[in-house]
Amino acid sequence: MANPIAEGIYIVGVGMTPVGEHWETSLRHLALEAIQAARAEAGGLRPQLIYVANMLAPALSGQSHLGTLVADFAGLRGAEAMTVEAAGASGGAALRQAYLALRSGEAEAALVVGVEKLTDKGSSEVESALATAKDADYESVHGLTDTAQAALWMRRYLHEHGAPADALAGFSLTAHRNAVTNSHAMYRRAIEAEDYRKAAMVSEPLNLYDAAPLADGAAAVLLVRGDRLPPRLPHQPTRIAGSAMSTAALALHDQIDPLWMPAAAESTRRALQQAGLQPEEVQLFELHDRFSVQAALALEAAGFAARGQGWELAQNGAIALQGRLPVTTFGGSKARGDAGGATGLYQVAEAVLQLQGRAGENQVFGARVALVQCLGGAGGTAATHVLVQESKTGE
Amino acid sequence: MAQESAPGAAGRALGMKPLREVGLAGYGAYIPRYRLPASEVARLWTGGTGPLPVKEKAVAGLDEDVITMSIEAARNALARAEIDPASIRAVWVGSESHPYAVKPTSTVVAEAIGATPHTQAADWEFACKAGTEALQAAIGFVGSGMAEFALSIGMDTAQGRPGDALEYTAGAGGAAFIVGPAQDSLCRIEMSYSYSTDTPDFWRRADAKYPEHGERFTGEPAYFKHIQAAGEALMQSMGTQPSDYRYAVFHQPNIKFPQRAAKALGFRPEQIEAGMLVSHIGNTYAGSALVGLTAILDEARPGDRILLVSYGSGAGSDAFSLVAGEALPLRRQRATDTLSYVQRRTEIDYATYARLRGKLQLH
Repeated sequence: MANPIAEGIYIVGVGMTPVGEHWETSLRHLALEAIQAARAEAGGLRPQLIYVANMLAPALSGQSHLGTLVADFAGLRGAEAMTVEAAGASGGAALRQAYLALRSGEAEAALVVGVEKLTDKGSSEVESALATAKDADYESVHGLTDTAQAALWMRRYLHEHGAPADALAGFSLTAHRNAVTNSHAMYRRAIEAEDYRKAAMVSEPLNLYDAAPLADGAAAVLLVRGDRLPPRLPHQPTRIAGSAMSTAALALHDQIDPLWMPAAAESTRRALQQAGLQPEEVQLFELHDRFSVQAALALEAAGFAARGQGWELAQNGAIALQGRLPVTTFGGSKARGDAGGATGLYQVAEAVLQLQGRAGENQVFGARVALVQCLGGAGGTAATHVLVQESKTGE
Repeated sequence: MAQESAPGAAGRALGMKPLREVGLAGYGAYIPRYRLPASEVARLWTGGTGPLPVKEKAVAGLDEDVITMSIEAARNALARAEIDPASIRAVWVGSESHPYAVKPTSTVVAEAIGATPHTQAADWEFACKAGTEALQAAIGFVGSGMAEFALSIGMDTAQGRPGDALEYTAGAGGAAFIVGPAQDSLCRIEMSYSYSTDTPDFWRRADAKYPEHGERFTGEPAYFKHIQAAGEALMQSMGTQPSDYRYAVFHQPNIKFPQRAAKALGFRPEQIEAGMLVSHIGNTYAGSALVGLTAILDEARPGDRILLVSYGSGAGSDAFSLVAGEALPLRRQRATDTLSYVQRRTEIDYATYARLRGKLQLH
């Protein structure tokens, strides 16, 4: 019998619903749509494990116990199933749990589905629910919200690094440009630098284009152990070459340096180390851009830019689809839309489309190595994965 | 959605037509004189930033409410109808601002105009379409022969929570319509249709002073879905096209919504122009589409066809197809026209508005 650990873990199917205001589609139906699409790519493969990534269903949909809800509704009764929650990093965290379970040898195939409905409640309820991911005793008790905190974070970044007021505009411009040709994106509209400069202020200095829209959506990924790969797959499977997760201080004010995300840095280092790759070998980076400042900090934490210079990559074209390190290749949270706990799995599914050469007009030519990272809170959690496309002939 | 719900070839029966032809024997508008500019609301709540949904809204005076305003509009309708008020067998007032929770607006109105005592009287409630719902009922009441004349009114002094998006638009005003036999009417009612679903986009609980709403949910799955479905179903039932109509008027919660709904249904901007009053008087809720209709009747020529589609949150739309009659040009002169009310204007600041609308709690 093959050693399951040595055989690696592969992604054999991905599925995504469009991101948007799915007022007439329930949590379970969204999840089902993504699951069916992912399973169809693997000949209907039946997973033994289901991990549901979700952040706010108990607060906003009055629904917990999502593992069983999804398993039941997807016709997968009997499967082992549970919810994984790690705020904005829920998607990556769920993928990580599935990866570990398969690596243990206990199971052969696992389904990871991220699902979130953020538009069924009013914006103040959603903002309050999102704030529960902060330190309740020391942050949200004072009325701090994600957006207000991101504004403080952004101001500090611009101040400390002497960056201009529109330093972070490039992330939003790139995301919007990439979403134009993404059929599952929420905002398929390019914006100009002028639009960014004129955008309504949300919480100074953070404007409308520095913050991602919150939306509904589901994305699913089907994982199989290397020794159990189904025959005749329509797409060459993508290997998870590195998987790591790390935590930092929950409250932003408890972090030694608020402009350095140690969890992001550490999980990236470990994931790349597992993959046996150097940062410069990464060909695209699906980073977490719910707020533009996170994108700059993620580039710096991963070592793609020196401290204080992450924003410059967004100014000189380096992060464009044809650039040295494309990011948010399908629009990221900013333009594809941010579906909370599902976001991490949209990132993975999009990276898989890139590596398998299925990204259409968004294709990063010749990409074989992708880094995918999602963040929870103000960098308190980081889940980072390295995906590698092995050559068909090289095996 | 609208396509799925709209009737196909088998759906001709969806359009509603009474046993005997009915029309509008009289109509009348009323809009209070005070105007609160949207920029004044923005000045107070957003530091003057952000887009404004309308230019200004009409505000009722200290001694005005849905009862007094309904009486004004009803008197205008009576003047044009030239009938004995005692022949009115129903007085129905649709509003979400009835002065009393229990005690009818309609009995006071009926008494004031001389319709009592041989009359039905009742208040209607269906958010912004309570007035057109009363109009549907009046068509049935007169169309069945139960009554010669029925008065239906849509009138509001709408509520908006201070600082809420609705405060820019929640206005005051409305219109009254006397439904009677088609012959001798000012305007024949060809056919009507109602489309309702359980859609919680906007509501006010029984004990609440201000309404709540579902933000962006009030658009696509609420306003647009219902207006378009109702408009399409009525036109399909009648076999009419947008080009068959000289005028169209839709519920007007702001400027953009009716413009977009008109375009989606295939109407040109010039077809909705005459009935678009929202920028000058705000959203008059149960009166909104109806006061647009009175503005159209003020200028329509005999033979002009008019499409009216209301929208009420909760949610539903009533659609009506009307044709202006020969008597309209002469008899409409017997009462104040809508535009005169729109142009009669005393600008107020937010402080005066707060006083007039009872927003200051003194004890």
